[in-house]
Amino acid sequence: MELEKYFRENKLPHIWCPGCGHGTVMSSIIRGIDKAGWDPNKVVVVSGIGCSSRAPGYMDFNTLHTVHGRAIAFATGIKLANPELKVIVLTGDGDGAAIGGNHLIHACRRNIGIKVVLFNNYIYGMTSGQYSPMTPEGSLATTSPYGNIEPPFDLCELTKSANANFVARGTVYHTRPLISYMEKAFAKDGFSYVEAISQCPTYYGRRNRLKSPVEMLEWQKKNSVDIKKAADMEPEELQGKIVTGIFADREKEEYTARYDRLISEIQGGKK
Amino acid sequence: MPKKGEVSIIEKRCKGCNICATYCPKKILGLREDGKMEVKDPDNCIACDLCELRCPDYAIKVEVKENNE
Ligand SMILES: Cc1ncc(C[n+]2csc(CCOP(=O)(O)OP(=O)(O)O)c2C)c(N)n1
Ligand code: SF4
Ligand code: SF4
Ligand code: SF4
Repeated sequence: MELEKYFRENKLPHIWCPGCGHGTVMSSIIRGIDKAGWDPNKVVVVSGIGCSSRAPGYMDFNTLHTVHGRAIAFATGIKLANPELKVIVLTGDGDGAAIGGNHLIHACRRNIGIKVVLFNNYIYGMTSGQYSPMTPEGSLATTSPYGNIEPPFDLCELTKSANANFVARGTVYHTRPLISYMEKAFAKDGFSYVEAISQCPTYYGRRNRLKSPVEMLEWQKKNSVDIKKAADMEPEELQGKIVTGIFADREKEEYTARYDRLISEIQGGKK
Repeated sequence: MPKKGEVSIIEKRCKGCNICATYCPKKILGLREDGKMEVKDPDNCIACDLCELRCPDYAIKVEVKENNE
């Protein structure tokens, strides 16, 4: 597959650190968009603030770099105003799970046709390594120098419970399955959530004894458990593991379709 | 007949993270002293694509070669 035509070539090389997983997540998204066969002029990529949220700047679509945590709110407006657009939100575990967490659950609840890809590197990368709501217990961050005492969110379980049509989690190490989740997510009409486990060698890796990007990929490889296998495991055995696979795959009616249906019913005098 | 690939590096983009070389099943890639990736044994590429799919910097490209042998 030819990636180059989707890049803003003059913006490369990108600003991400050597071995940062965000670059691989971005190319996996582009591969998913290519597979969807969308007209690039109808694709809108929206992000908040963070290293992950820099991605749209390198992608040659209609792109919008908004404010911290609010990408889904902007994307909701875009989709409602023009439902034929393909709207993708790129966010991080800080941007999407902390400040933006409330927008995420309501977008799921409405099942609005937005595709959210959350780059989960378990840390606030851009602001140099504070813990996020997805940082594993015990991990070291600048704000948890003795180990994080908070349990992390499992956003796949949360988005599934909140009514998202499609939910999956993959890792940068397992690149081919990650790309296949993008493809499936983008083929859906309703709300899709894909969590991509990424690596931040600079602020998560170094502090947590994963000394190189390769060690971080090895960690992803060693700790991933397929969702089917996880179903037979005890919660204690799953502590600290990355459960990967498809968590939800359903076909509930998308929000803007429901909205349009209501408008035509009212105009037709049925209400 | 196994597939054959032609692999090339876009040096301007490579940041020397060593991910591609670590996971190349044929072990044909290696870092140069200046920290850029190099194709050490071009004839043995099997076009598995793993390096290109994982490269975070879009700095390595694989083309499937016509196999005329
Ligand atoms: C309203 C507001 N609060 C805080 C910040 C500072 N800030 C910028 S990025 C960021 C967190 C980014 O973390 P994440 O979304 O996980 O992205 P990463 O950099 O790790 O990819 C924060 C807190 C901000 N820009 N705006
Ligand atoms: S700080 Fe971390 S997340 Fe940000 S570019 Fe560097 S490695 Fe990536
Ligand atoms: S994976 Fe890409 S950036 Fe890293 S060493 Fe290989 S070619 Fe260079
Ligand atoms: S395509 Fe496969 S065999 Fe060829 S260089 Fe890349 S990883 Fe190695």
